[in-house]
Amino acid sequence: MSTITTEELSATTLLRFATAGSVDDGKSTLVGRLLHDSKSVLTDQLEAVEHASRNRGQDAPDLALLTDGLRAEREQGITIDVAYRYFATPRRRFILADTPGHVQYTRNMVTGASTAELTVILVDARNGVVEQTRRHAAIAALLRVPHVVLAVNKMDLVDYQEPVFAAIAEEFTAYALELGVPEITAIPISALAGDNVVDPSANMDWYGGPTFLEHLETVPVTHDLSHCHARLPVQYVIRPQSAEHPDYRGYAGQIAAGSFRVGESVTVLPSGRKSKISGIDLLGEPVDIAWTTQSVTLLLEDDIDISRGDLIVPAKDAPATTQDIEATVCHVADAALTVGHRVLLKHGTRTVKAIVKDIPSRLTLDDLSLHPHPGQLVANDIGRVKIRTAEPLPVDSYADSRRTGSFILIDPSDGTTLTAGMVGESFAAPEPVKDEADDDGWDF
Amino acid sequence: MTTTVATVKGGEDGTDSPYALSHLDALESEAVHIFREVAGEFERPVILFSGGKDSIVMLHLALKAFAPAAIPFTLLHVDTGHNFPEVIEYRDRTVEKHNLRLHVASVQDYIDRGALKERPDGTHNPLQTVPLTEKIQSERFDAVFGGGRRDEEKARAKERVFSLRDEFSQWDPRRQRPELWNLYNGRHAPGEHVRVFPLSNWTELDVWQYIAREGIELPDIYFAHERDVFARNGMWLTAGEWGGPKDGETVEKRLIRYRTVGDMSCTGAVDSDAVTLEQVITEIAASRLTERGATRADDKMSEAAMEDRKREGYF
Repeated sequence: MSTITTEELSATTLLRFATAGSVDDGKSTLVGRLLHDSKSVLTDQLEAVEHASRNRGQDAPDLALLTDGLRAEREQGITIDVAYRYFATPRRRFILADTPGHVQYTRNMVTGASTAELTVILVDARNGVVEQTRRHAAIAALLRVPHVVLAVNKMDLVDYQEPVFAAIAEEFTAYALELGVPEITAIPISALAGDNVVDPSANMDWYGGPTFLEHLETVPVTHDLSHCHARLPVQYVIRPQSAEHPDYRGYAGQIAAGSFRVGESVTVLPSGRKSKISGIDLLGEPVDIAWTTQSVTLLLEDDIDISRGDLIVPAKDAPATTQDIEATVCHVADAALTVGHRVLLKHGTRTVKAIVKDIPSRLTLDDLSLHPHPGQLVANDIGRVKIRTAEPLPVDSYADSRRTGSFILIDPSDGTTLTAGMVGESFAAPEPVKDEADDDGWDF
Repeated sequence: MTTTVATVKGGEDGTDSPYALSHLDALESEAVHIFREVAGEFERPVILFSGGKDSIVMLHLALKAFAPAAIPFTLLHVDTGHNFPEVIEYRDRTVEKHNLRLHVASVQDYIDRGALKERPDGTHNPLQTVPLTEKIQSERFDAVFGGGRRDEEKARAKERVFSLRDEFSQWDPRRQRPELWNLYNGRHAPGEHVRVFPLSNWTELDVWQYIAREGIELPDIYFAHERDVFARNGMWLTAGEWGGPKDGETVEKRLIRYRTVGDMSCTGAVDSDAVTLEQVITEIAASRLTERGATRADDKMSEAAMEDRKREGYF
């Protein structure tokens, strides 16, 4: 680390990635090795782990103690919840959503994958693609994580044989491509021995690809603006009402997709009012253009009524507004989601009342079959849901925009986050299930 | 021989898009989004402001988030009574410069009226929780911004950006809401509040790089200076009225600086000759000790010290 210059540190980009773990696949070892070999574990942390391991009568430092941060986790030797970890190399900074691999995997993996640009799916080279691997691939596909890495671990236990790796990689790639995973990179590793994790393996000279870390460092962080619909959910209206800025009225928000330019014609939804962008402030500095994930303030030519919850979009590219949303959801709360449930729906910066009109199907992750009309979704279930909202919402398909195509459902009585939703068709419903209750229409 | 199934490319050219943000821009934008969400959804938010570098960066981000308007938040300092004078001076100057309102919850007041007892070790840091939580209740703050970062400590790695606290300000790590996409859920019942951590995804190095990039002024104690210190528990502590040095501890003049700012009784200095931001960044990048490991005695009290204090309402 001491050789990195300040300039090099500043020039780096940020990659958010998630690990999909199952028990005993070596995920903790891989995370531990990444942190350790990238010199992100510092002396005092290692000493604390050594001290705690000795107190438990263990001979060697238990690297899982580096990541299991809670009392209950250490007592029970399990990981309870998603933890976020940070490490850096001279080329890039990383935020790792470290998701536990026990029975509550689905909601945890969905949580981790929702902000990830890359997901790592580990398999044990001795076992190959198993049910759990298919579940992980399905969730990565559902959440539309742009990059998937298949880490074929424990290569040391199969004598570093290429055919073993090639067969697993081939089977997984065929399966994941069918699900619609856009990019798959398979890497043979041994997290324990360190093969191809940070340093290239001398044991697998048949492998010509990047090491695991090298891939993380070079995978492109993409913002392909040309295919994106520009979207700005209005978070807050900035009105200084000061002597210096008597008439300033700016619409602040983080650009959810695409880009905006000064002079562009825009529409404000749901009202449908139109105006032109007269200025863009990027945190106090005027700019001509701003793009996705920048937090900006838009100034418009006309003094029209805009408030938190509105969506500013290009006039030529406005989404339709609807009160009837069909979505694939992952239920994340312990209490079940049922038909007739009255909920709050948060989409962008807008929270509206909503009712669950129907649950047409539940997805069986093991074989991706659809179970029709399950009646309810319980914790970790993935299913199709029809929701009627009290006000029209400008939603995009999740396939087009992860930000404006996603929402959460909230329990109005206690504020619990119930459900993660992804608007539109998903790979899981190639042929929509015929919904017999549909004839009733959507009238309240 | 290379294997052919290793990579299936999705048609990208293998480079970052020109529209990819630098890591500091990405972190800044995310933090500003968090500030604006709170401004949009809460009635009485407050920023915990100690005059330390993390809270200074928080304030800087808040100022940018609402420019050219004033920030719609007040500040709260939990005053342990064992402050570095340079930091209090910085605090008051900053409050005045930006025309802010500062609430102070004073540990010494609680001790003076018998509501809290002095600890045998003389440290006031663990005593902060009661004045903090009572101030939150009495002022009816519903969102409390803290400068906590997940890289600081392994219990903090589990902390949400929006962290619900009950009417006793308690944190229950097993009952946290999943945080999906950037859809933060700030719903809470009357009496409950939400701790908000806009710097969750920042590391110590990110904070320093951002300070350098933005040209943010810091209290002088962050840079190398000569100071009378004495050794205790492997740390250099500043002599003061709080109870140091004791018998057998000798004061010596050393060239030091602070990596964190807190209660003088448990915040240690590190040997350093870094007098510029560039030198500080180089020093931290090369350091083999974490920020808290190097300088905080209170985290060393037990394996779960931070978790236990957070459960009670510490920030």
